[in-house]
Amino acid sequence: MKDCWFPVGAADDIPSAPGRETLLMGEPIRLFRKAGQIQACDAEGRDLPVTVAYDHVWTSLGTPSQPIFAIPEAEEPGRRFVPCGHVRVACSPLRAVENFLDIAHFPFVHTDILGAEPHTEVYRYEVKIREEEDEVWATKVRFYQPQAAKAAEGGQEIEYMYRVPLPTASVLYKTCPSKPEAWDVIAIFVQPLTETTCVAWPWMALYDDTSSQADLVGFQQMIFLQDRAILENQVPALLPLDPGKEIPTRADMTSIAYRRWLKSHDYTYGAQLEAQ
Amino acid sequence: MKLYDWVLSPDCYKARLLAALTGQSLTTVATDVFPGKDHLTPAFRDMNPRATLPVLVAGDLVLTEVPAILIYLGGDWGGDNATERARQAEWLTFSQRLAGTLGLARRIDMMDAPGDLAQAQRDGTRLLRQLEARLFDRQTLGHAFLTGPAPTLADIACFPDVMLAPDGGVSLAPYAAIRAWSRAIRSLPGFIEMPGIPRLHELSPEPGA
Repeated sequence: MKDCWFPVGAADDIPSAPGRETLLMGEPIRLFRKAGQIQACDAEGRDLPVTVAYDHVWTSLGTPSQPIFAIPEAEEPGRRFVPCGHVRVACSPLRAVENFLDIAHFPFVHTDILGAEPHTEVYRYEVKIREEEDEVWATKVRFYQPQAAKAAEGGQEIEYMYRVPLPTASVLYKTCPSKPEAWDVIAIFVQPLTETTCVAWPWMALYDDTSSQADLVGFQQMIFLQDRAILENQVPALLPLDPGKEIPTRADMTSIAYRRWLKSHDYTYGAQLEAQ
Repeated sequence: MKLYDWVLSPDCYKARLLAALTGQSLTTVATDVFPGKDHLTPAFRDMNPRATLPVLVAGDLVLTEVPAILIYLGGDWGGDNATERARQAEWLTFSQRLAGTLGLARRIDMMDAPGDLAQAQRDGTRLLRQLEARLFDRQTLGHAFLTGPAPTLADIACFPDVMLAPDGGVSLAPYAAIRAWSRAIRSLPGFIEMPGIPRLHELSPEPGA
């Protein structure tokens, strides 16, 4: 997992050398801007690989074998990019991603926004581990939402697709309220500070000509802060990868695939295995 | 009335909550404090040199201090005699101390604000114990709220930072009287929530209701 890319900062908020210290997988690292370039190094001063994508800075303690994953939809003209700041959460970075993949909690945690009683049913959807891209995908996810987005007026049934391209990053595509033929892109980039603490960097690429940037950021921050209290109270803190610790239901198919995918790659930072 | 608002700010929530409970409509202007730093722009500083939120604008009146905003929005809730008003003023001041301790712990823990987290948690815990003792006394006498038989500015001013204490790593589990008080406030007609302060769940009605 050390060889994966991880988000560590907002690209427009990296100070000049000596820069800013942060943690990545328990290791102190330093981010700074030098000659216009964003750079990163570890505690011994060793240079770390850096890439800037989706308004964020990504680095790795190892050697990433591939460039950062692509989000082709984000390149489409007319989209607005909305970095939503960051929030520190005392939970496993993997639990933060798993929560993002879950739909069943919408009516209870995001009441009257992303869900509402009695519309609590999660309809059957499809989940695949796409071998070629090596990503987890959930498609044909449908859910009734009272206010699917800032620009949404009234309730509607929304279709979702979820995608996990990296162990601590997930992208979701959902019906765009103002442009039903297009997808809104909402992502969560999670920086693992330690196995039980992380920083979430929500990011969006939307079609929305009417809402102010502050409204869009506020909407996403509201949603994410509703999740934070839940995440910090999950037990055990580490994400169990072996079956038996938690009983999944049909609605948890994405989570099951995510855990299986993590285990198959030995992506276990923030996870709990039976052997432990 | 216009409220310059940030969805994650307990201080802004105080104004929204009081307006909702007293049936007043506010036009909120979302302000991207984080990460956008909209409150540091020259235009915002012209309005409020202290560069803080919320700001309430009602005609010529521009209010930037939370107690002043609550007094203005509160109307009858502010008390009809000197004793009651003074009692509420004590709690309005107390609520500012909550913001400087529990609120600070939350900003440090959640958003990397500068400060000493352990110190803020310790100071905030001391205030929670004071509040718990006060509410226990009140509840023993059959009162659900801090100063009177009905909720007042005192309750609304103290409620948000207390409820959000777990966001700053301070558990509310030891405080039974605070939890009962929270339930009484969340049961009020017109109550609105903020992220971290959920409404009472519809499936669990007030016992005896």
